[in-house]
Amino acid sequence: MRVLPRSIRETLTDAWLVGPAAVAMLTFIFLPVAAVAVFSFTDYQFGANSFAWLGLENYERLFGSTLGQRAITNTLLYVSIVIPASVGLGLVVAIGLHRMAEWAPGFSNVLRAVYFLPVAATLVAMSVAWQMVLHPSLGVVNQALVALGGEPRSWLSDRGIVLYTLAMIGVWQTVGYNMVLFLAGLVAIPKDLYDAAEVDGAGGNWSRFWTVTWPMLGPTTLFVLVITATNAFRVFETVATLTQGGPAFASDTLVYALYREGFVYFKAGYASAITMVFFVILLVLTLAQFRLVERRVHYR
Amino acid sequence: MIIKLLVGRFLSSLFLVIGALAILLPFIWMLSLAFKPQNEIFTDTIQLLPTRIEWGNFVKAITETDVPLYLMNGAIVVIGILVFQLLFAVPCAYALVQRNFKARTFIFGMVLAALLVPFHVTAIPIFLGFAQIGILNTYWALILPFVPTAFGIFLFRQFLAQVPADLFEAARVDGLSETAIVWRIAFPLAMPAATAFAIFSITAHWNDLFWPLIATTDPNLATPPRGILFFRDEESGDDVGPLMAAATLITAPLVIAFLFAQRKFTQGLASGGLKG
Repeated sequence: MRVLPRSIRETLTDAWLVGPAAVAMLTFIFLPVAAVAVFSFTDYQFGANSFAWLGLENYERLFGSTLGQRAITNTLLYVSIVIPASVGLGLVVAIGLHRMAEWAPGFSNVLRAVYFLPVAATLVAMSVAWQMVLHPSLGVVNQALVALGGEPRSWLSDRGIVLYTLAMIGVWQTVGYNMVLFLAGLVAIPKDLYDAAEVDGAGGNWSRFWTVTWPMLGPTTLFVLVITATNAFRVFETVATLTQGGPAFASDTLVYALYREGFVYFKAGYASAITMVFFVILLVLTLAQFRLVERRVHYR
Repeated sequence: MIIKLLVGRFLSSLFLVIGALAILLPFIWMLSLAFKPQNEIFTDTIQLLPTRIEWGNFVKAITETDVPLYLMNGAIVVIGILVFQLLFAVPCAYALVQRNFKARTFIFGMVLAALLVPFHVTAIPIFLGFAQIGILNTYWALILPFVPTAFGIFLFRQFLAQVPADLFEAARVDGLSETAIVWRIAFPLAMPAATAFAIFSITAHWNDLFWPLIATTDPNLATPPRGILFFRDEESGDDVGPLMAAATLITAPLVIAFLFAQRKFTQGLASGGLKG
């Protein structure tokens, strides 16, 4: 066998190491993104042999039609409930468990595991369990309501409350994740800062929180807010399992609409426009997240 | 002062315990229904726990439904995805750290750009491509789209960048090929990163519903989340017990793994925050 010149051998080694990953990224990430962008300006349907250019018509339909607007406003409402609730509760639970760790570390650890459980559990299976918890007659929630003399509710089929029910499940699933991130932030706060605050007269729980904890958690809080937002905008599993966007599109969201239009009705063009809108939102959030990760690294 | 402290502790513990019970509610209800006999499920009065343990629901879920098949499909898919992800990501990450080639900055730029793309965005063209080449409704359709993992490459690159270069240099002097260095030196060194990544990847794909819903219609290929929806939609409403037993069986592997390796799990899933 003839020995190849060293520089060629080196290039071949580089290609062997990097090539597969690079080709796979091109095939499954970059080409598809370009294709979605192109599709979004066409009337392409899965299975059709040709397509026509529509310009911005798909986007006009998304922002102009009642249904399109419904998916967008539903998603925004869902996100605007899940973010403050799960970040706020995550912070409160983290501070509570962090304090408890001083006098009952074992119990604090048990509770931490409990709060984190929904993050590890399979959301679709747990949604099926939620369906039984919220079942109109067999569910424990309505049974408790009736026992207390209240009115049973149709948590998943009442247009007025279905989105709030889904948001509540979203909060249930995210609190533990946010708690873990806040706990990491709390551990990193130096003890002497609290001592210094006490010397300066900030000895009470509230003043300790406002003078030390809250400012020191600033970067963590921003990071948690952005992560929660990126996850909340992706809401799909609970919608697909529990409501399929219904009743009467009262719980339709962006990703579910993209799934339904694209893969149930096979309207690839319109679904691509939904995809692009979703993509732009996530792009802004993820870029913000990158900036924050970078800043956090510089802090330490 | 002491009383104030104790009252404070009591109140905050009370709040945390009530919160934890709310978190546990669907788990408790799922287990309770899974172990309840039929007549205790279909009652209007509130009864949190079964009066006797009924194993029949689990027996039915395992022997009369496709739940074992769903679990096996899930295992095939998540392990397949993980193996290919590692095979592609580790050499690339190693080269990005250890090798000086012209396209290095460009490739790393690609990795960072790919991190910005949520999977949902690529679904339509990938579905179209898979339909063209006729591999929808195969295991490949469930595995291939996840093989390139920008997050994995990024994670391994960050980790390997902290390893002293002398280690790799010494291996080269010993005459090891670059491929051998990747798998015999770099990969074992990067085990902590690999563990975190494996936990993240397995959890994400075991739990995923979006892509299996799109790529497969064949119930024989259903992953656990897809499968339990098949089961739920087929049963007419009187199989609640077996359905909850199935939900328990599907949730159990990851939850048990989490309880046994809490620290690793929390780290692995929290590292996924980078990916967003």
